[in-house]
Amino acid sequence: MLNPDAKLAANIFDKPDMAPTRDGFGKGVVEAGKADERVVVLSADLEESTRAEWFHKEFPARFVEMGVAEQNMATVAAGMANYGKIPFFTSYAAFSPGRNWEQIRTTIALNNVHAIICGMHAGVSVGPDGATHQMLEDMALMRAMPNMIVISPCDAEEGRKATIAAAKTGKPVYMRFGRDKTPVMTTAETPFEIGKANILWGKSHISVRGALTQSDGVAPPIEQGEPLHTSDSNLRGDASKVAIFATGPLVHNALLAARELEKENITVTVTNVHTIKPLDEETIVALAREAGAVVTVEEHQVNGGLGSAIAELLAKKVPTPIEFIGVQNQFGQSGDPKELIEHYGMGVSHIAEAAKRAIARKN
Amino acid sequence: MEPLTDAEVKALVDHANAIRATIIEMLVAAGSGHTAGPLGMADIFTALYFHVLTHDPKNPDWPERDRLMLSNGHITPVRYATMAHAGYFPIEECLTLRKFGSRLQGHPEREKLPGVETTSGPLGSGLSQASGYAYAARMDGKTFRTYVAMSDGEHQEGNLWEAAMFAGKNRLSNLTAIIDRNNIQIDGMTENIMPLEPLRDKYEAFNWHVLEVDGHNIPQFIAACDEAKAIYEKPTVIIAHTIPGKGIHEIEFDYKWHGKPPSKEEAAKFLNELRTLGGKIQSEHQ
Repeated sequence: MLNPDAKLAANIFDKPDMAPTRDGFGKGVVEAGKADERVVVLSADLEESTRAEWFHKEFPARFVEMGVAEQNMATVAAGMANYGKIPFFTSYAAFSPGRNWEQIRTTIALNNVHAIICGMHAGVSVGPDGATHQMLEDMALMRAMPNMIVISPCDAEEGRKATIAAAKTGKPVYMRFGRDKTPVMTTAETPFEIGKANILWGKSHISVRGALTQSDGVAPPIEQGEPLHTSDSNLRGDASKVAIFATGPLVHNALLAARELEKENITVTVTNVHTIKPLDEETIVALAREAGAVVTVEEHQVNGGLGSAIAELLAKKVPTPIEFIGVQNQFGQSGDPKELIEHYGMGVSHIAEAAKRAIARKN
Repeated sequence: MEPLTDAEVKALVDHANAIRATIIEMLVAAGSGHTAGPLGMADIFTALYFHVLTHDPKNPDWPERDRLMLSNGHITPVRYATMAHAGYFPIEECLTLRKFGSRLQGHPEREKLPGVETTSGPLGSGLSQASGYAYAARMDGKTFRTYVAMSDGEHQEGNLWEAAMFAGKNRLSNLTAIIDRNNIQIDGMTENIMPLEPLRDKYEAFNWHVLEVDGHNIPQFIAACDEAKAIYEKPTVIIAHTIPGKGIHEIEFDYKWHGKPPSKEEAAKFLNELRTLGGKIQSEHQ
């Protein structure tokens, strides 16, 4: 069942409101701009489709048109952030951080300045534009960098909150957004904190830290060997338990899969891991330990994204069978977003089957 | 601006000579690094830190300071040596260049050493960082200038021309770019590797104000920096024609000295040449 603490929208399984996550960016960056006059927005000739134009209309003097020049956009943003502005720079994820990775590495991440990379049109759900524009490697590219925070909002509302939060980190941030309209699951009351995963489905017996935040609003990583507080009676005892960790709009498919699995008496948790880095290690380790089987779900290559991050963590803390839902080392192609999600194995049935495979691998 | 007096010019030349000696000492202590570029830019960095820039070595984060970004981070020994001579940190610390734990990283890092302004090394991105900085400063009505020093070879990077377009479009008159036009890069002469000429015409076509100077004529370079301040509608680029390895006769113009340090024996010879001004004041040093 849905976790009431997540305060999700009432209609998420019937007729959910639909909106692209990029709309959440558009709204959030206007709010961030109202709250802090240091916020500026840069666009590489894509202000309509990135929703940067909403900021442009509100704050014309704080909008900077960069032309089709993503390398310059990243480095100009680095200079502005070095000065003391809070630049959000926007393009399609295939171009930024796709084309300007080294500029981001040196002038933003190593320089450790507060610039926010906003990569739109991530995933195969871009649809008809085809493989060139369907960015599937962005989280891997950004996650590998020291200092970088990586956020993948699950819906437009979370995209709005993430954008507002990103303006307050004081650190380099990468955020990915999608093109297609996807279900709006969360509400204004749903908790959002960078680095804190949200359990959206299922009851957990874990008790996680009450105070997660450091002064910069980012949850600290747990130390190696730090004891995790789980209820002993629930340790790997139940043969029909699985923990699903999902990110981005596919969280909705994960919830639909959980509903199906529960009908088959399989106990499921679905956790929205909106922050890929820093990972909410405590929650993920506790849930994986409790379930003993894990499925990761992301609209991204299975190499290097959420699944890899969780596999790295669990291999170190609590080795667990994991099934990886995502694009399996392929490029996308033109098509309708829904048929592409199915074709590349990220549909509801794929997630449910993966959960059963993971359970079957328990010792 | 009043022209420099002879005494002022002599003082600057003496600083530059001492900075060249420090560069040789730090490179030989490091055992790796670039020689030709730092020696070639010693006069310009001296002019910047001892005359042109508004700055306070004891207060490197002073908000109203002029900013100097170094785009081609590999010539950072000249910046470190000049900063030390200007009073940012003890000259002895220069000998930690490229060593474990040093603030003087092989390529400069903003968070390691106060005053270096930004992190650089990968080429072609300094102009855009400086342009972003100058743009942001102008938004807030700040009156300080942003300077950026670049190499000629890095003009082969596409990112740099994106920045040139951006600065030209936005008439960033609070930005002065300086090009070390020494005509060498790692693999040979720039005009053989990938020609840059006509460099002046390229910048003019990108709506920049272009000045050309002898990069070893300190008064001429300072006059160009002053002229840049008087240009209100465009960013200014100063193409400074320099001699790679300037000051050490036997390595001048030789591209093979782009990326290697002197040996101990060579360093002793080079230091002697610098300290005797090429033998002119031999008697004092023998």
